[in-house]
Amino acid sequence: MIKRAFAYPYIIWMVIFIVVPLILVGYYAITVTDFYGYTTFSMANFRRFFTEQVMGNRVFVSVATRSLRLALQSTLLCFAIGYPVAYIMTRKEYSEKSVLIFLLLAPMWMNFLVRTYAWLTILERNGLINNVLMRLMNRDTPVIDILYTDAAVLLGMVYNFLPFMILPIYTSLKKMDPRLIEAAQDLGAGGFNTFLRVVFPLSIPGVVSGITMVFMPGAATFVISNLLGGRQFFLLGNVVESSFIQQGDWHFGSAVAVLMMLMMVASMVVLSFFDKGENQGRSAMI
Amino acid sequence: MTRRFALHSVTKKFYLGLVLFFLYAPIFVLMVFSFNESRSRANWEGFTLDWYRVLLNDPAIARALRNTLLVAIFSTAIATTIGTFAAVGIDKLTRRARTLVMGISRIPVMMPDIVTGLSLMVLYLFVIRTFGFGRMGFGTLLISHVMFNVPYVILSVTPRLRRIDPNLYEAALDLGSTPIRAFFKVILPELMPGVFTGALLAFTLSVDDFMVSFFTTGVGVQNLSTYIFSQARMGVSPHINALSTLMFLAILALMFVIHKRDKIHAKRMKERMDVI
Amino acid sequence: MKKVILAAILLAAIIGFAGCGNNDDDVTPHANIDGGDTATQGNEGGSDAAAVTLHAFNWGWFHDPAIEQIFYEETGIRVLFEFYPTNQEMYNRIVMQGAEFDILFPSDYMIERLILENRLAPINWDNVPNRAHLHHYFDHLDFDPQGRYAAPYKWGLFGILYNRTMVSDMQESWNMLFHEDYAAPHAGNIYMYASARDSLGSALRWLGYSHNTTDLRELHAARDLLIHQGPWVRAYLGDEIRDSMIAGGAAMAQIFSGCAFFAMSENADLNFVVPREGTQLFIDAMVIPATTRHQAEAEMFINFMLRPDIALMNAEWVMYSTTNATALEMLPQEWRDMQVFWPTGENYERGYSFRDLGAFRNEFYTAYNLVLMMVGG
Repeated sequence: MIKRAFAYPYIIWMVIFIVVPLILVGYYAITVTDFYGYTTFSMANFRRFFTEQVMGNRVFVSVATRSLRLALQSTLLCFAIGYPVAYIMTRKEYSEKSVLIFLLLAPMWMNFLVRTYAWLTILERNGLINNVLMRLMNRDTPVIDILYTDAAVLLGMVYNFLPFMILPIYTSLKKMDPRLIEAAQDLGAGGFNTFLRVVFPLSIPGVVSGITMVFMPGAATFVISNLLGGRQFFLLGNVVESSFIQQGDWHFGSAVAVLMMLMMVASMVVLSFFDKGENQGRSAMI
Repeated sequence: MTRRFALHSVTKKFYLGLVLFFLYAPIFVLMVFSFNESRSRANWEGFTLDWYRVLLNDPAIARALRNTLLVAIFSTAIATTIGTFAAVGIDKLTRRARTLVMGISRIPVMMPDIVTGLSLMVLYLFVIRTFGFGRMGFGTLLISHVMFNVPYVILSVTPRLRRIDPNLYEAALDLGSTPIRAFFKVILPELMPGVFTGALLAFTLSVDDFMVSFFTTGVGVQNLSTYIFSQARMGVSPHINALSTLMFLAILALMFVIHKRDKIHAKRMKERMDVI
Repeated sequence: MKKVILAAILLAAIIGFAGCGNNDDDVTPHANIDGGDTATQGNEGGSDAAAVTLHAFNWGWFHDPAIEQIFYEETGIRVLFEFYPTNQEMYNRIVMQGAEFDILFPSDYMIERLILENRLAPINWDNVPNRAHLHHYFDHLDFDPQGRYAAPYKWGLFGILYNRTMVSDMQESWNMLFHEDYAAPHAGNIYMYASARDSLGSALRWLGYSHNTTDLRELHAARDLLIHQGPWVRAYLGDEIRDSMIAGGAAMAQIFSGCAFFAMSENADLNFVVPREGTQLFIDAMVIPATTRHQAEAEMFINFMLRPDIALMNAEWVMYSTTNATALEMLPQEWRDMQVFWPTGENYERGYSFRDLGAFRNEFYTAYNLVLMMVGG
């Protein structure tokens, strides 16, 4: 069968560029190199991650906790903000729908660094929001002072990842047969009941892929926490970046990357209980 | 009843507007500041078009833009080709092999970008050091973008494959067509919508990417993302805001054109339906 | 969906067109702004020259972008700049990632390390006659004792920039940042500089230690001081401190003198002090990595950068102290009288160089990262 052979070049490609790099990262994670360049197998990187203490705090564990907390918060916020948007969109006329989808995707065509950086101008103490509010409220001190706090980091995450939550939910809602809702209402279900028992369960695959697209990127970012958090809200992404780029310690950075992969696998396993579909990740966007 | 419904729809519009305002507020801000006279982002010091002149005469940013687009176009083309063929081939593998290959293909989709980027960097540097040839640059950047784009193409094309009648392909073979020819004549046309979706997704993700480019590019090859990142510590220069403004206006204009065409199209369809 | 694709392709075409329009690699960056016809001259100048491109690695925009075009018009050699935010990132980019640049602009202690590791090519000073314009401060360099590798480019002091309208109890001391009485009232109004050696170095100085310490206990005391100071700090920033201080974003900040000078010229409420406990006096110099394939062209560029008129342009643009004695004479008297631009006497005496710390250097980066992990709470 010739058609099967179509897959072979890709399989070779896949092994070289997906499997081998991960094996190399795994190799770095379980080795250490001393000052003279000798490399030995060791679990020291993982041990360091879980045990290193400064002033009575297990620092890396608290970084992981913070990353998970912020990622979770941003996921919940994206869900709370994004679900109604997706729901409203499904009720729109076709041409309006396509405009809305485009409006959600269009910001991605502009560089995300530039967009995130623009938040500095908005959130600064003398920035736009405060300028307006100070004039309205006749005060001369900043009203909202969240730049360089975890609130700003959270805002940056929600801002950057919101479309990734909306679009998959929209896709799954769109596939729903509107007659189902009519049927539910004919059978006497109220608006809320219809939503809870009919609409929401059917949109779960979209919600699940939305979550996978918002959660891990949140824990893995380092740009947002640097720009909007003033480098004071180290996330797992920052640990990896600083290990590789600043300290040149590939072993520890790889160990943290491996832990992030494990977290990802764990979250996928949990989510797979809710979703048996194949439409995962960003591919569910369109 | 109608009144309640009307109110409801106003609330909906307001809510949508609010969310879109949130998404577009920073874009408006950087558009406004592209006309700011001051070099720093701090204060508004009056209107100027100077940054647009600086932009048009800045070869570095032109190079970065060119690299971004070249990588996006080439990686989309390559990834779409590899991905489409792969999807067809994978579909014909044994069940276990298919599950394995699809599982591995999904890794780059699910993996945090930072891990994708650094694992590729580790691979390239490993090869460069072990075999002593090559260096990081446009090639590694392109390969990396192809790498994270291919799975999206596969995932977009695969669902279309289910709809194809396998007998068609067999029939084409029976009628004396070569397998390759049969593929192009029979299967590919059916897959086109999925291929297009995958290509669009690949292009968008490539343009938007920062993390993977950051880890895998080399000396002298900066794209917009890495160029802007390397400058961001001194503050994004207003002429980058000017570039973003131009890009935004181009997108807006396109959207307007498409929307218009769409409306005409819909109207015609409706007329035709009425005739029937 | 097809429509969206169409949109994508059209957009790409438009952007591509815009990109290609000025992408013949012959267009001036800035000369065009002043006079329309310089670009064409550039074309002629460059067309017959050897197609060598130099890759330079500098701190952000720490050169006047216009000089790239002047150099190109004079020599036909194009210089492409890339930027790094800290010495450490530069090091990892060239060493760990094997990036092959032709010219680097690292600081003193990093040059010391690069020399020690045999990563630099000696400069053939016969090709760099403009070395004669260097100020006598740079006749002898501790980090390059034989004077073989480094061509000093800019220098300055690390200190404190504060806003007079917010800080009444000014002190010429790191007390402003670390002492409870002075710093705590300004909680949430202090910027620290996001670099391991610099932030920890200032803490070491305040504690009375050398900022070149190799004593782990001293380093950890400095680390704990920074963690203790954390609640008073608004953010750890790089050179974006400059813009934020201009906008009144904080009461005081750690900053390098050139950025401080720029900020002061934009906002008259700002002032710069050099702490009496001592601080870092840095010299950033141009060096040529051993991996270069364009040694002669790189030397041409270094010679060009040391030419008084070019050094003057750069000094006026970056506002850091120039290393060029002739260019210094050409600068306005007000600039030369500014302590922030040309520190003298007491201020100059307070500056000490960083040294490379050998194997101990990693302790600094580890400690600094721990600080960043702890201050966020």
